[in-house]
Amino acid sequence: MENHAHADTHDTAHHAGHVHHHEHAKLSFIEKYVFSMDHKTISKQFLFTAMFMALAAAIMSTLFRLQLAWPGHSFPVMHYFLGDRWAKGGILDPNMYLGLVTIHGTIMVFFLLTGGLSGTFANLLIPLQVGARDMASPMLNMLSYWFFLIASIIMMISLYVETGPASAGWTIYPPLSALPQAIPGSGAGMTLWLCSISLFVVSSLLGGLNYIVTVLNLRTKGMKMTRMPLTIWALLITAVLGVLSFPVLFGAAILLIFDRSFGTSFYLSDIYIGGQALSQTGGSPVLFEHLFWFLGHPEVYIVIMPAFGIISEIMSVNSRKPIFGYRAMIGSMLAIAFLAFIVWGHHMFVSGMNPFLGSVFVFTTLLIAIPSAIKAFNYITTLWKGNIIFNPQMLFVIGAVSTFISGGLTGIILADSALDVAVHGTYFVVAHFHIVMGLSAVLAMFGGVYHWFPKMFGRFMNKKMGYWHFWLTFICAYGVFLPMHFVGLAGVPRRYFNNDLYPAFEKLQHLNIIITVFAIIGVLSQFIFFFNFFYSMFKGPKSEQNPWNANTLEWTTPIVPEHGNWPGALPEVHRWAYDYSKPGKGVDFIPQTVPMEEGEMDEGEHV
Amino acid sequence: MIKLLVYLAIALAIILIVQLMRIYQLSSEVKGKHIGKADDDDNRSQGLLMLLFVLALFAGLIWLLFDVRGKMLPPAASDVGTISDNVYMFNWIIIFIVFFATSFLLFYFPFRYKKQKESKAYFYPHNDKLELIWTVVPSIALAVIIIYGLSLWGKMTGTPDPKSMVIQVYAKQFDWTVRYSGADNKLGRTDYRLIDDASNNTVGMDSKDTAGWDDFMVRGEFHIPVNVPILFKCNAREVMHGVYFPHFRDQINCVPGITTELHFTATITTDSMRKITHDTAFDYVLLCNRVCGSGHYNMPMKVVVDSPDEFKAWMAKQHPFFADLYNAYHKQAVPTAMK
Repeated sequence: MENHAHADTHDTAHHAGHVHHHEHAKLSFIEKYVFSMDHKTISKQFLFTAMFMALAAAIMSTLFRLQLAWPGHSFPVMHYFLGDRWAKGGILDPNMYLGLVTIHGTIMVFFLLTGGLSGTFANLLIPLQVGARDMASPMLNMLSYWFFLIASIIMMISLYVETGPASAGWTIYPPLSALPQAIPGSGAGMTLWLCSISLFVVSSLLGGLNYIVTVLNLRTKGMKMTRMPLTIWALLITAVLGVLSFPVLFGAAILLIFDRSFGTSFYLSDIYIGGQALSQTGGSPVLFEHLFWFLGHPEVYIVIMPAFGIISEIMSVNSRKPIFGYRAMIGSMLAIAFLAFIVWGHHMFVSGMNPFLGSVFVFTTLLIAIPSAIKAFNYITTLWKGNIIFNPQMLFVIGAVSTFISGGLTGIILADSALDVAVHGTYFVVAHFHIVMGLSAVLAMFGGVYHWFPKMFGRFMNKKMGYWHFWLTFICAYGVFLPMHFVGLAGVPRRYFNNDLYPAFEKLQHLNIIITVFAIIGVLSQFIFFFNFFYSMFKGPKSEQNPWNANTLEWTTPIVPEHGNWPGALPEVHRWAYDYSKPGKGVDFIPQTVPMEEGEMDEGEHV
Repeated sequence: MIKLLVYLAIALAIILIVQLMRIYQLSSEVKGKHIGKADDDDNRSQGLLMLLFVLALFAGLIWLLFDVRGKMLPPAASDVGTISDNVYMFNWIIIFIVFFATSFLLFYFPFRYKKQKESKAYFYPHNDKLELIWTVVPSIALAVIIIYGLSLWGKMTGTPDPKSMVIQVYAKQFDWTVRYSGADNKLGRTDYRLIDDASNNTVGMDSKDTAGWDDFMVRGEFHIPVNVPILFKCNAREVMHGVYFPHFRDQINCVPGITTELHFTATITTDSMRKITHDTAFDYVLLCNRVCGSGHYNMPMKVVVDSPDEFKAWMAKQHPFFADLYNAYHKQAVPTAMK
């Protein structure tokens, strides 16, 4: 409440001289909820769309996990979702198996963890936490969402074409993705995949440019860069990464479209298929790998960086302690972002590229472990001697740090080219990246939803359901991916429809069953979240001005802010965002809007 | 009809849960408990769960380590693979130490420092010395890891032994063809436009190149001699495939349009490995490890590592692909070239 009081005095002090250009005219329903230019509404639109896409992708994963645990068995649920065309008698078709893993990966990486994560939280938090009325360009921001929606719709439609969805893996390496003769999914399904991703890149660029401009230009008075919450730093760096790398994916996709449809040979050479020799020569699939991973690697940091920001903010608030090493946190994020552009080759140790180049990538990749270690240690130190409140979001971000550490450590093996070649393309890799990038980002995203739900909808989510949701999700997450490492170390390649021909792999089939059981429980427990989310949206207990006693600016707006965010003047910032439990103060938090006292030091300014 | 009933049941269940939620919410309000914000009871129970979780995680990991014993890959059967196993062990030791230490602290601190009545947090925004320590220590550890790893990478990908036996591994949807370079140890030229499955010219061998006249091709299984360096030249016909030898700890992609290379020396014969693994059915295997279509999972090839005598005997049974050309050419010159 104290926070509120400060905001109010501040507002009245400045109110007289201001005339506000809020939407005084009433907005129609369409303007307010559909074609809205309000960043908060756009944020919710991103979240709803991403939740729907993630649900679809999660269901896909249970379908192919069923096949992997009990290969060749008939499942009514398989037939229910895939019908006679792809699951005759309830038995999954091998082509559809590849289609499901491809679309599962595509949706989770791009639509949930890029569009969904950045789209939701950059839109919600950037204007609210830097003290801006909206994004620099609300129009482009709205377009960003609509491109995202169209991309999502096209991706879903691609599941329904006669030849099936794209099935060359989410990395869509040509020539497999270029030749419909090689796999049916490379027909119309692949065309739709490329259209969808091209539109997705447009959405991502429109959003990203907007985020950068807003953070750089629309910070309120007193909000120096060194006073910004780490969420904003993270989202800013994410946007820069996206703007620099997504155009390369766009280029790669365009060249692939040309190879597929116009007879060029960027990626194709010396191919004999379907009883005839193709005329294309001189291209190289390795070129595609370079282009793809030039986006692909920054992409994993585009996914994890917003998670870092969310973790930092939530962990600090719920530990009632400043984030440990604020400057080091920014520095390590900048270091990771820089290194992210010079490590892509570690995905290509077996591609046939020059081995010397491989050793350079080994070096740069293992360098990333240093800023990552700094982050992990700083998080742990933030918890040390804290006053920890176990709101559901706190559980999720602790879980996210745990998976980041566990998955990061196995990354040391995969970054080492000589070791990578022994497990490249096996389930070890699948386990590694799901833990380090997928789970960390998803858990942080859940944390973000629980934390900022009161700001989004003016209501609380139910904490007991939050606890159940966390523990089931977290236990199942480890239950799925811990055993999966061993399946990979035993040499089982990913994307195998079954292992019937390999008696050596039979010995680990019980692990595959364990994995599938955990996966199914994990997916089912997401319905607790869905229920909690939609129920609380309408019926949850009403929120308060500053429900978590946090310092950042979003809690100085009205409980449910209108378009424009602050009814009066914009708040003025006097300190960094992490003055929790500062000695000699009566309360354990000091909002950023509270002026410094005589002789008080701004910790964000510390060098 | 049944489907309709199922949907109806689901709808009723949701309505039921909604009503229960409302009752729960009302009763909490009456008791003065907040259902959105954690209180001291929650902090106590969730803090304890944190500690229990990390112990369960460690227990689960240890159970797994015991469970998979004897079910994983046998010891590496190649020169580089043996070093690889050592580098792995070195890395695992570091990884496990860091994993146990950091995971324990990460979950122990929330348990230890949960908010209770009157408890306070310690204002501790930074400590340059600590941060320097955990920048420098990982850097040193990583330097060792990098140097150790790259020394092996150098051996794996360095210039192959000039005496290596040259073998082509050729992948197509969905099987392998392995071509031996014969007595001259030189693979004959190929051209993808000469591929003709009807006449078994799977790899598109060019009869104009005399170097290829003694080449022979095998499918289904292939043999290599123990303790002889082998240089694999890898190609693919239509899409990318992946040459993956899990037992030799090595792999490389087969890429249409270019030739990739892989070299190692097998150090344990199939027979010896059968004794080591106590498995009379054991076989080395070549797997495809780059998704290549619907039959991707369906193209293993048996690899047999022979003793020198066994290998000689096996070689003697093979016939050059261009047998007529080869015999005509060698009738006078070297009649026993293959022996």
